[in-house]
Amino acid sequence: MGKTLYRKVWEAHTVGTLPDGRTQLFIATHFVHEVTSPQAFAMLRELNLPVLHPERTFATVDHIIPTDNQCEPLADPRAQTMLNALRTNTAAAGIRMFDLPTGYQGIVHSIGPELGITQPGMTIVCGDSHTATHGAVGSIAMGIGTTQVRDVLATQTLAMLPLKVRNVRVEGTLRPGVTAKDVALYIIGKLGADGGLGYAYEFGGSAIEAMDMDGRFTLCNMAIEGAARCGYVNPDATTFAYLKGRPYAPKGEAWEAAVERWKSFASDADAEYDDVVIYQAEDIEPTVTWGISPDMSIGINGAVPAPEEAPDAETRKARITALEYMQLQAGQPLKGMPINVVFIGSCTNGRITDFRAIAPYLKGRKVAAGVKALAVPGSQMTAMQCEAEGIADIFREAGFEWRLAGCSMCLAMNPDKLQGDQICASTSNRNFKGRQGSPTGRTLLMSPLMAAAAAVTGTVADPRDIFDIH
Amino acid sequence: MALNKITSVCGKAVPVPGADMDTDRIIPARFLKCVTFDELAGTMFYDERFNADGSSKGHPIDAPQHAGATIILGGENFGCGSSREHAPQAIKRSGIQAVVAESFAEIFFGNAAGIGMPCVCATHAALQTALCITREAPQTQWSLDLEAMTLSCPMATLPVTMPAEPREALMQGRWDAVVELMNAPEAVAALAAKLPAPSL
Repeated sequence: MGKTLYRKVWEAHTVGTLPDGRTQLFIATHFVHEVTSPQAFAMLRELNLPVLHPERTFATVDHIIPTDNQCEPLADPRAQTMLNALRTNTAAAGIRMFDLPTGYQGIVHSIGPELGITQPGMTIVCGDSHTATHGAVGSIAMGIGTTQVRDVLATQTLAMLPLKVRNVRVEGTLRPGVTAKDVALYIIGKLGADGGLGYAYEFGGSAIEAMDMDGRFTLCNMAIEGAARCGYVNPDATTFAYLKGRPYAPKGEAWEAAVERWKSFASDADAEYDDVVIYQAEDIEPTVTWGISPDMSIGINGAVPAPEEAPDAETRKARITALEYMQLQAGQPLKGMPINVVFIGSCTNGRITDFRAIAPYLKGRKVAAGVKALAVPGSQMTAMQCEAEGIADIFREAGFEWRLAGCSMCLAMNPDKLQGDQICASTSNRNFKGRQGSPTGRTLLMSPLMAAAAAVTGTVADPRDIFDIH
Repeated sequence: MALNKITSVCGKAVPVPGADMDTDRIIPARFLKCVTFDELAGTMFYDERFNADGSSKGHPIDAPQHAGATIILGGENFGCGSSREHAPQAIKRSGIQAVVAESFAEIFFGNAAGIGMPCVCATHAALQTALCITREAPQTQWSLDLEAMTLSCPMATLPVTMPAEPREALMQGRWDAVVELMNAPEAVAALAAKLPAPSL
């Protein structure tokens, strides 16, 4: 029997077995940001331990950074304190920080791949659950807690137990107007928000193989929303073409050797999986969430499900809670429902391909009256590309607020927040209660394409109709 | 590092009902604007417990009969969402010493174990029994025994489960892994030399 990529990478990074039975796993690459690292650096100081491999840790500031005005001191003194702490901690340890003036700052899950730091066959961790994103290049990438950030800084290793591996296959060809985000929401809807507990998801099948890297990042980013701590795609020609020439990618002869090595990590054709599920790409519609968990989603032409039709009592209760919070009625369609805010960005959908894909449709159109629309590039690199390609101007002319790079309205740690019970058409990853900064704010997760349709119509809309995509 | 061996947790229980209790509900992001965990006591489940004007929503955590509880009774996929260790830190610093739920999100579970707060699973039926007893008789003293893997009180003894490795780590006082992780410097150095690091 062959091996999965997960098992090969795990074995290549195993240091040994700890007394309690857990594996001591070597971490190839570590990212830190300002929210989950300061306590870890403080713990190190308390233990009087140095950072063992500063060259394997990379830092940036993303969660707390305002996207409108980044002049220092920041308006929020707590945000400034966190930024200062990251600067001090990384400078003292000799860790490379992609700070604001570098041109490389951005959401940690955007800049890792864009800089080519994220590479196949690596174990990659960060104190952030969306670290799963980096698995798209064919790595074991996972979110960790702050105490574990300390462990990595001090020892470059973690105490871990291996996950099982579920092969999630999407076969066929996605219909026009259906994107990686729709695939992610569809899979989570099918397997449930807790369906991936104990699993890594290996995404495969012809529809995934046909996806560009930015689509694969979107898909793996959302693995954690289905409870899979890791998501990954086997490295292939698309992966290598994406990485070639990026600043931290191997160069010259080292490149050829690296590609050969990376190929060897791909799951064997006869690899043994703990579970396999297969979906048909043609069954996937533009998908939108209606509730307060990412698995509460429907196709754009569907209706909000009824609690009484739930398969079990817990789901029924969850649906009642969600309907109440979202102020929705069972059986109503979402299509046509007015929205207040549009947010295009985040580590899920703030990449160059996301903006490129919708710019042509926004050209010559206007954001609907009364709608606040934010477009937030995930990184300074993406922002500069969008300026160079005229994409930023298209968004501005359409009436979007074109912002500076950061996490923005994904998680309410910076000034970009919903007010009251506003409804937000959002390309982010979580529709939890209060997620976007107002304890009563309402989030509808969707693709950038559907968010663009929402922006120009002021309603939840089918982008295929609005933009004539067939 | 000498750590206390965690073999049992005793005390009253408090229900925190609902499936998919996410980390944004456990601790809203605005409380993450800090560079220490010191200010997190009392912030757990804040928006679940309080309205915007600070008035109580009547959550069980704030009911007088559950005051001083040390064990949370939760639902499925407890702690899903973010990797923020602030979530178990806020719970622990608010006086809770253990969580019993139907299942746990991986990262939350690991974070809790790493700070010495056991998270154990119980079946839906067992949790219903525990919830029922706790609601009827909130003063009930529960004992979570990691050796016997039971949650018991004078009225009931309920089985609980936990993977063997984190259970061993808690019971042996090895739950903070950093000491063990520093025991194999040569093996770590050998891998560091062999496995490429990203470089310019």
